Amino acid sequence: MSKMHITTTVNGDDVEFLCDPRETLLDVLRDRLGLTGAKEGCGTGDCGACSVTLDGRLVCSCLVLGAEAEGKRIGTIEGMAKGEDLHPLQKKFIEHAALQCGICTPGILVATEALLKKNPDPSETEVRYWLAGNLCRCTGYDKIIRAVLETAADMREAS
Amino acid sequence: MALDSLKSEGFKQVGTRPDRPDGFDKVTGRAKFGADATAPGMLHAAIVRSPHAHARITRIDTSKAEALTGVKGVVTRADFATGLKGENWNILENVMAGDTALYDGHAVAAVAATSPLIARDAAKLIEVEYEILPHVTDVDEAMAEGAPVIREGAADKSVPPGLHPNVVRYHESGHGDVDKGFAEADLVIEDHFRTEATHQGYIEPHACLATLGGDGKGELWCCTQGHWNVQKICSALLGLETSQLRVTASEIGGGFGGKTTVFIEPVALALSRKTNKPVKLVMSRSEVFRATGPTSSTSMDVKIGMKKDGTITAAQGVFRLQGGAFPGAPCEFTAMCAFAPYALKNVHQVGYDVIANRPKQAAYRAPGSPMAAFAVESVIDELCGQLGLDPIETRLKNASKRGTKASFGPTFDQIGLVETLEAAKAHPHYSAPLKPGQGRGISCGFWFNHGGETAVSLALSEDGTAQLAVGTPDIGGSRASMALMAAEELGIPYENIRVTIADTATLGYNEVSHGSRVTYASGLATIEAARDAVKKLCARAAAKWGIPEDAVKWENGCAVPSGPNAGDFDPLPIDQITKRMGATGGPIVGHFEATPEGAGVSFATHIVDAEVDPETGKTSVVRYTVVQDAGKAIHPTYVEGQFQGGAAQGIGWALNEEYIYGEDGRLQNAVFLDYRIPVASDLPMIDTVIVEVPNPGHPYGVRGVGETSICPPLAAIANAVSAAAGVRLHELPMSPPRILTALEKQRDG
Repeated sequence: MSKMHITTTVNGDDVEFLCDPRETLLDVLRDRLGLTGAKEGCGTGDCGACSVTLDGRLVCSCLVLGAEAEGKRIGTIEGMAKGEDLHPLQKKFIEHAALQCGICTPGILVATEALLKKNPDPSETEVRYWLAGNLCRCTGYDKIIRAVLETAADMREAS
Repeated sequence: MALDSLKSEGFKQVGTRPDRPDGFDKVTGRAKFGADATAPGMLHAAIVRSPHAHARITRIDTSKAEALTGVKGVVTRADFATGLKGENWNILENVMAGDTALYDGHAVAAVAATSPLIARDAAKLIEVEYEILPHVTDVDEAMAEGAPVIREGAADKSVPPGLHPNVVRYHESGHGDVDKGFAEADLVIEDHFRTEATHQGYIEPHACLATLGGDGKGELWCCTQGHWNVQKICSALLGLETSQLRVTASEIGGGFGGKTTVFIEPVALALSRKTNKPVKLVMSRSEVFRATGPTSSTSMDVKIGMKKDGTITAAQGVFRLQGGAFPGAPCEFTAMCAFAPYALKNVHQVGYDVIANRPKQAAYRAPGSPMAAFAVESVIDELCGQLGLDPIETRLKNASKRGTKASFGPTFDQIGLVETLEAAKAHPHYSAPLKPGQGRGISCGFWFNHGGETAVSLALSEDGTAQLAVGTPDIGGSRASMALMAAEELGIPYENIRVTIADTATLGYNEVSHGSRVTYASGLATIEAARDAVKKLCARAAAKWGIPEDAVKWENGCAVPSGPNAGDFDPLPIDQITKRMGATGGPIVGHFEATPEGAGVSFATHIVDAEVDPETGKTSVVRYTVVQDAGKAIHPTYVEGQFQGGAAQGIGWALNEEYIYGEDGRLQNAVFLDYRIPVASDLPMIDTVIVEVPNPGHPYGVRGVGETSICPPLAAIANAVSAAAGVRLHELPMSPPRILTALEKQRDG
């Protein structure tokens, strides 16, 4: 099967790639572009480990075809820190031990950053429902939720 | 462990909560997990799996697959070692079926191709003909007369005569006279309980990258809880010399016991040997559910007698565990853990390991113990309810303590059950008022904990910092605990320690990260390796000062004279010694190799408030408190994390998670949408109390904390549901349909 030529941006950089029409955006990011920060936990959109943004909208990259990225802006975990400086969410996740094994962490951080852009002052319930599509098997979510609420408060204070 | 090496107070770093050393990697996407590795010229593999629960394989035709452009090789059972025995044979048979597919999802062939899509297409072109055989997936049915025999001769000598051939192992233990004990009781309750199989549910599917040449030398990268074990098993299954296969553990995206064995690694190695190229093999989520180890399903009978004052007079349990198509269901652990929290004069327990047409069970966090606690603690709750007794006071009255002869034989040393019960009783949660429709449940739980073979090496750098190599994969922040213990002993900052999970070529054998052993055993080895390095540092200072080695001691990262008689020298800091290492005798490396056997057992008490919706049967956990003995919490935040994670998995097991098989013996819910693990909106915050009753078997008093936390939740939630809804559930999960049925049954009288 012939491949498709796709032009897009990833974390602000112009990127072109060839992909099979059947390949997902997650396949392309991981296998063709070497960006392995997004993880495949299920391939069916249930676990959120592959969360990225597409034109600013939070998506499961396993449910998007690579070809659908044509002309769109992709944001991944690799673009979250600015140079040496971690995003406040990344810092707080380390400080609060809001990760144990760390496999769900990139997806949860991408999803949470999208939440705080939309709603800088979420309630605990709003955070829990927003992250209901991001499975974590290690933490019981307690430290994740606390890290998100505290970061949101810090960011509101700083702005 | 000599008592003079025990340290119980005056810690400078242990007990603090620094950032984990690998935090930056894990929040930036830089950390490399199993599926994140690549190699030049790498092939991708896919596995063909049986769609039948039990079927003879009559023909495998790979010609069409091999003819597909891009396909480089196909393997079947013929490509693996022959003549294996015991567990190696079981594992090979599970990794690649021989003449019979034993469960839905059982691997029968595999293919390697130049892309994942071609490999997947090729797998569909492999033609397998089956002759379908009768199957059985339920534990009680598998033991019953007339059940299809999974495999003749699978039973070992422990099984008494007259049982079905599917009963493959038998355990019996206890002491006293239970009949006499039951006769002394004011109330005896006996009940039957069942639990369904649940999966560990780690978010990272199994993944590996294998390179193996015709010269018998190989490299394997994989996500595993124990790479020396992978090395040993893969070498046997491929017919290699163990030392010629180097295994590197990737970062691991959860395991919970499920990554203590091998599934795809031998297959990738066989494909690599056949194609002479690196082969990457990654499981899909449905493959993880269908073909990797869930926990056992159970059928249990528990009988307990109690006096009016709450004294337990006798306890007896029969525990039947279905562990898939191979021996290994942890029936002895279920039996041994069942009554461990209680000091009993009369106790008797029996365990059956039963095979059926399901995937080979694997360890899951305190394997076997949570189910036992579900049955036992439910009966104790019923007894307390009917006798009008307080559930914590009653447990305190019967609690095991130092000197108690355990239900499974040995006499307990210093243990912390009473302390967890006292802390639970004093916790505001226990006395907080409940809202209408809510109920409160209590349960205790027990796990043995484990030591195991361990090797650690600690090399000092010329600037006085240290490189610590351990062999136990960091599954939940253990690098932080190791660095804290090394820093404590060396008297240098935590940040000056770099912790690496070494590959199999770098250290001696390290047992798997299981049995809650990492902070205990690798921690003990780290402390001893650091002490070894300190001894060598002191020797260098002694030589410099021209005084005997035993006249030098180590304080705050410096060598100092041990007393006024030793001489008057200024403290010699670590970096002053290490910068001249080369000229004063060469590199300074501390190391320690042993099989520590003093892993202290661990107990927990959980309190949970639940609310049951009578319209839908849905249960909500509204408040949860974990109280557990950690011995000594090295990094308290990660200890809390283990408590919370175990509680959350227990909540899933209690309320939602189950393997659902159809009449055809096929797994019906092999995706996360249908196998529903708890999501963020399902759970409340999970409060924790760390109790510290030091373990005499560890220099700092550490007890493993990873597993005990999943033992009490099943029963604690069942007891809360019973209090909230007025019905007792005897089967897990307590899913809405089961609760509605129980409520309807109660309404109909």
